[in-house]
Amino acid sequence: MKRVEPAEAGSRPVFRPPSAGEVVADRIFHAGAHAAGVVVVGLLFGIVAKIGLGAWPAVRQLGLGFLGSAVWDPGRGEFGVLAEIWGTLYSSCLALAIASVLGVAVAIFLTQGFLDDRLAAVFRTAIEMLAAIPSVVFGLWGITVVIPALRPVAAALHAHLGWLPPFATAFSGPSLAPGVVVLAIMVLPTVAAISQDALRRVPDRTREAAFGLGATRSEAITRVMLPAAASGILASLVLGFGRALGETMALAMLIGNSGRISWSVFAPANTLASLLASQFPEASGTETAALMYAATVLLAISLGVNVVGTLVMACNRKAG
Amino acid sequence: MRPSFVGAALALAVALGAPAVADTRLTGSGASFPAPLYAAWFKDFSARSDGVTVDYQSKGSGAGIQDYLNRVVDFAASDAAMTDADIARAGGNAVLLPMTAGEIVVIYNLPGVAALKLPRAVYPEIFLGTITRWNDARIAAANPGVALPDTPITVVVRSDSSGTTFNLTSHLAAVDPAFAAGPGAGTSVPWPASDRLVKAPKNDGVTATVMQTPGAVGYTEYGYAKLTGTPMAELENRAGVFVAAGGKGGAVALAAARFDAEMRAFVTDPDDTEAYPIATFTWMIFPKSVADPEKAAAMRQLVAYALDEGQAMAESLGYIPLPAAVIERVRGAAAKIGAGS
Repeated sequence: MKRVEPAEAGSRPVFRPPSAGEVVADRIFHAGAHAAGVVVVGLLFGIVAKIGLGAWPAVRQLGLGFLGSAVWDPGRGEFGVLAEIWGTLYSSCLALAIASVLGVAVAIFLTQGFLDDRLAAVFRTAIEMLAAIPSVVFGLWGITVVIPALRPVAAALHAHLGWLPPFATAFSGPSLAPGVVVLAIMVLPTVAAISQDALRRVPDRTREAAFGLGATRSEAITRVMLPAAASGILASLVLGFGRALGETMALAMLIGNSGRISWSVFAPANTLASLLASQFPEASGTETAALMYAATVLLAISLGVNVVGTLVMACNRKAG
Repeated sequence: MRPSFVGAALALAVALGAPAVADTRLTGSGASFPAPLYAAWFKDFSARSDGVTVDYQSKGSGAGIQDYLNRVVDFAASDAAMTDADIARAGGNAVLLPMTAGEIVVIYNLPGVAALKLPRAVYPEIFLGTITRWNDARIAAANPGVALPDTPITVVVRSDSSGTTFNLTSHLAAVDPAFAAGPGAGTSVPWPASDRLVKAPKNDGVTATVMQTPGAVGYTEYGYAKLTGTPMAELENRAGVFVAAGGKGGAVALAAARFDAEMRAFVTDPDDTEAYPIATFTWMIFPKSVADPEKAAAMRQLVAYALDEGQAMAESLGYIPLPAAVIERVRGAAAKIGAGS
């Protein structure tokens, strides 16, 4: 490749067709980028195909009954994941409910002029740091801090509000509640970061117009800013939900790993991801296939949620 | 400064140069029950032997057998020995050797209760979830003078497939027909569905969960409970005597063991008045045909070490040394390692 020197510009035309070397370099770059893209997409399909193939014997043998039964008994060859699907969705929904309130509140706090910009940046970094804490550390923290801290709260809730299904059983330790609390904290950075982006993308003029019409700051936030950023915030919730569905290690340490269906948050439960983590190492034969089937179910749920999230984001971008 | 640096460099050079004679590496995986003892054995054996290194991964008996069948490891360890079906799946290429023995203890977390006796009629029902509170009349009757709290019992069991579970459930099924008809005996059993039943991974996970949960009861190998200082219940044996773990009760229980052709023996409910009710041998599984003769020799050396020096170490770590008669039989069986099938 030869550079066009300014001195030469007079003797040669400034605009010239690309040299052969440039064409080749461009082609290589093009092909490389193309290949990287294909590899990523191929990897996704490869994973789905591999898990699907592994699951096939169980799909044929157990059929859709697998999704409707709550028994997991390798000794008798009976497998079902209804309790795990229930535990996955219930824990993720509760965690998201907590994380959405906190996350959106944090996003409002950091974007609506409550803090000066430098302090807001510090807060933002601190919240994003939560995403960098390893799952096992969250699990250990849950065992040593969250469970003892929840004990008196749970005892009071069970004693006074025990007639409500979520508090119907006494708290023993590892159960849905500590899992949900830790999960909510793990999902918080996702929800907070994307909600902040959504709020920041609302043009300043919109807020100024609201103030111009005589709105107070809280009116401007609740009546104007939040509705304007609604689709972006919704997308943050969907992506946070996707993150909650797949969380494994912290939940496996806190949730009690007991495959049963209960409304009570103080009862032990299980999730698809922690079932996979605890059973896969020693599984053989049909159980391996059944676990692959469970992985397929988890994959289908989280892919579905992520597709919905991406679609909501796309709509949001078009609207914005 | 300088001389110490030179000295360190020399020491390093010697250390690096020493094992150059032969470099044989044995990898094994399996039972977490004897893992503390095996870790001590393998460290000592690797240090003494000429360039043989033994790596052991404690991941559960079930996982060890899977690894062995998948030929990922050179040897496996299991508290449930190996079933006939699994031996067949290995193409008969397995020598089962009892290596040490241990007791399984029922641990509990009751603040203020230092000693607890659990009658034979009671502890299977606790694990079945039919006795649900600590101040149940049947527990109180066996513990006069102990202030049992009015707290619910949280049962902690293993979430993974485990030889410890196999031995506990075999015993419970032998004692209580309702347990045999319900969960039954196995490395991973369908525990009764209850809000008061929590599953935790491995011996250490169960110990940690019991220690964190007031009112919890669980089961682990004796060494783990001893190491962590978790209170253990005295269990009533078949003769009606309450026996604590850690004495000679385990050895007495196993003295009655009758080995089959594959060197397997389980004592699900010992008769002796001094016997501790839940004791078991634990096995290492070696291949009969080994491609590398050096590896086969290293395996035989390892077994010889474990049967001689190793047994002395067992007692101090809370395991039961093998009876002399069993050691002789194991020594004989160990000759099959690498001898071809």
